[in-house]
Amino acid sequence: MKFLENILHKMEPNFVKGGKYEKWNPLFETIATFAFTPKLVTTKGAHIRDGVDLKRTMMTVIIAMIPCLLFGIYNTGHWEMVASTGDRNLAYFADFADKFMNGLIIVLPLIVVSYGVGLGVEFLFGMLRGHSLHEGFLVSGMLIPLTMPADVPLWMVGVATAFAVVIGKEIFGGTGMNVVNIALTARAFLFFAYPTSMSGDKVWLAGTETDGVSGATALGDLATFMSDKPVFENLNGFTNEYSAWEAFTGMIPGSVGETSTLACLIGAGILLITGVGSLRIMASFFAGGLAMGLILNAAGGNAYFDLPAYFHLILGGFAFGAVFMATDPVTAAQTATGKIIYGFLGGFLAILIRVLNPAYPEGVMLAILFMNISAPLIDYYVIQGNINRRLKRTKTA
Amino acid sequence: MSKTVSIRKGLDIRLEGEAAKNISSLPLSPTICISPLDFHGLNPKLVVKEGDAVKAGDAIFFDKANESVMYCTTASGIVKAIVRGEKRRILQVLIETGAEQVYRQSDPINVASASADEVKAKMLANGLWSLVKQRPLDVVADPNQNPKAIFVTAFDSSPLAPDFNFVLEGREKDLQAGLLALTKLTSGKVHFNINPNQSSALSGVSGVEINKFSGKHPAGNVGTQIHHIDPVNKGEFVWTLNAIDVAIIGHFFNTGKFDLTRTIALTGSEVSNPQYYKVLPGTSMETIVNGKVKGNHVRYISGNVLTGDKKALNEYLGYYHNQVTVIPEGDQYKFFLTTGWLGLGFDKFSNSRLFPTFLMPKSKKFVLDTNTNGEERAFVVTGELDRVFPFDILPMQLVKAAITNDIDGMENLGIYEVAPEDFALCEYVCTTKIDIQDKIRQGLDVIAKECM
Repeated sequence: MKFLENILHKMEPNFVKGGKYEKWNPLFETIATFAFTPKLVTTKGAHIRDGVDLKRTMMTVIIAMIPCLLFGIYNTGHWEMVASTGDRNLAYFADFADKFMNGLIIVLPLIVVSYGVGLGVEFLFGMLRGHSLHEGFLVSGMLIPLTMPADVPLWMVGVATAFAVVIGKEIFGGTGMNVVNIALTARAFLFFAYPTSMSGDKVWLAGTETDGVSGATALGDLATFMSDKPVFENLNGFTNEYSAWEAFTGMIPGSVGETSTLACLIGAGILLITGVGSLRIMASFFAGGLAMGLILNAAGGNAYFDLPAYFHLILGGFAFGAVFMATDPVTAAQTATGKIIYGFLGGFLAILIRVLNPAYPEGVMLAILFMNISAPLIDYYVIQGNINRRLKRTKTA
Repeated sequence: MSKTVSIRKGLDIRLEGEAAKNISSLPLSPTICISPLDFHGLNPKLVVKEGDAVKAGDAIFFDKANESVMYCTTASGIVKAIVRGEKRRILQVLIETGAEQVYRQSDPINVASASADEVKAKMLANGLWSLVKQRPLDVVADPNQNPKAIFVTAFDSSPLAPDFNFVLEGREKDLQAGLLALTKLTSGKVHFNINPNQSSALSGVSGVEINKFSGKHPAGNVGTQIHHIDPVNKGEFVWTLNAIDVAIIGHFFNTGKFDLTRTIALTGSEVSNPQYYKVLPGTSMETIVNGKVKGNHVRYISGNVLTGDKKALNEYLGYYHNQVTVIPEGDQYKFFLTTGWLGLGFDKFSNSRLFPTFLMPKSKKFVLDTNTNGEERAFVVTGELDRVFPFDILPMQLVKAAITNDIDGMENLGIYEVAPEDFALCEYVCTTKIDIQDKIRQGLDVIAKECM
């Protein structure tokens, strides 16, 4: 590696202040610090520092998303094949290579566009501000394609990513400063700007033009229970179509990476073992969802209300949101107690929105965005509690 | 009532190079340095000039804000130079030592029968007050305050720290006399905080409240101990010392000699035979490490790796330090897949579980260098500081208040209780690589100026 190091050394003078390509310093720095941990040493305070840094932390999150990504590619390929053959009962575990390749053809461009646009915008801001790329977008760039329907036009992904990075993050100051989750900002932007491309029954199966194949998601079908014309006559009809096992493993239509609760749980395992994801948030998010499900069960009176509470946790983007979105440390509550409240309310609201508002078949995105905005308020009260404990000590002393 | 506290939040950084338990003596350093910079916030007024002959224990300067607090030379000799910096700020007073130490001799005092004012006056005039620090602010104590308690820590839990049992062996009488002197200085209690496995010599002291602290570092930090026994509120003062300094004070009362000779631990992975040495504060680093270091690109630290000061070979041992640490410098590029940020990292010690080293047995020791292992970033990860901060204080929020000069925020969040050293572990584990101790010190400086 001495060879690479020497090349970088040789190039460095051109990029430092006063050099030929001074303006491009952020780009150079980004590449150099990616290839080599810089030779910075401690100057003040503790002389040794922990091995951890933001690059490694972010890379761990990306690794945790790989199960979702791989399964998502296969699942997308499967439903593409369903759409093109018109046979909804197509065997799931067959034609592995074909399905995977088909999926890859659909998903890879989404990833390329998301990273390309996002990193481009980040570099632009980095150059304006004179700092190298901060690592936050490495995760957002992977989250965005995983939350998209397979059929979404690529230009929309590009526009949404640019919107999310600029309005969601850079105007607040960049990585670590944003108020709401970047990937969800991108998704919410498309959801409200181009609703027909983001929900309904046409977008989930790539290339759904064939008659006779419903392209609706499980949640879309469930939402019809709240209308005059339900797809299924009763809940049994629904569970015949979507078994709990299928929903858990993710063999159902949906956004690219969200369908498989199992893959999300593998990711959750990676995040929890490494300590990158917050157990408090994840567990309380699931608990909140379950609690709302049980309340709806108790209320009853409608087939959707009667859907077993656990079913809610394995459908749609609930698990994906709990594991990868709600746990984003920048936008979540930052205090230990706050995280539990934040997670619980997030899960609670997600199911509330999902069931009671038929206009939004899925409530996870809106619930998490709402909790992102509420997180500082939760933290405010937790911090105030800490301050009051200290004040009380003075009074009683 | 004495307490037993177990500290669960914290981190023991397991480093190579622990000092073996034998003591050697070193030649007297040709030059001894007394530096006002060792006493944070001190505005010194010199009482000697270049060329003066001084005895060990003679005053060199006093505090302009508190003229009774004298700072004395630890060695006898001739004042060789007064080194000044910008705006003629005094940086160092250098004393050229003679062949033999000559002490300014005063009469021994029976502490038991001495009055409080007598004890205080003796300590102030003879340079011993410099060993008493106060919270809030973590500076040399203001003798005009009446502290609600005095806290003495009898062990050091920081990485490679000297073993107080060993260092204080045979000094029980001095320690007892010192503690007795401290009891005269407060109307409150004197808390003597020991570790459960400390020798009976230390735990056998009388006249003070004995508390037991076990668990991870920072159990031995006096700040942690105060917080769990009798936390400082706004408007209150406590004074703090460590047991070694108490023994030095006791020694003065028993013998009438200002003898600051310390038994320091020379530690660290780059020391060939880590062990203990007897030296004076202000001894040149050259004298201490000469011929005992194996690496050739190293950092010399006066103190421990978390809170010590970086020193060049021609600089001097800090006034308060009982330890010198030598570790490798880390100013090399590290290729990301091998030794860098994405490498396996079997050599990286981390409080996070992002490196496989968290699975290694507790007996495994590490060689850590001074590389920051990453660049400075904004706060992204939350909750990691809380894991090493055993206070009912929100560390990240307090650091943010300090960074933004938010005085109300700092007061509310507990700035009066903390010292920079309490945040040393936070600084170590923080993903942001921000110099947190420095931020807290700056926050304390603002508080000192605006609120005290």
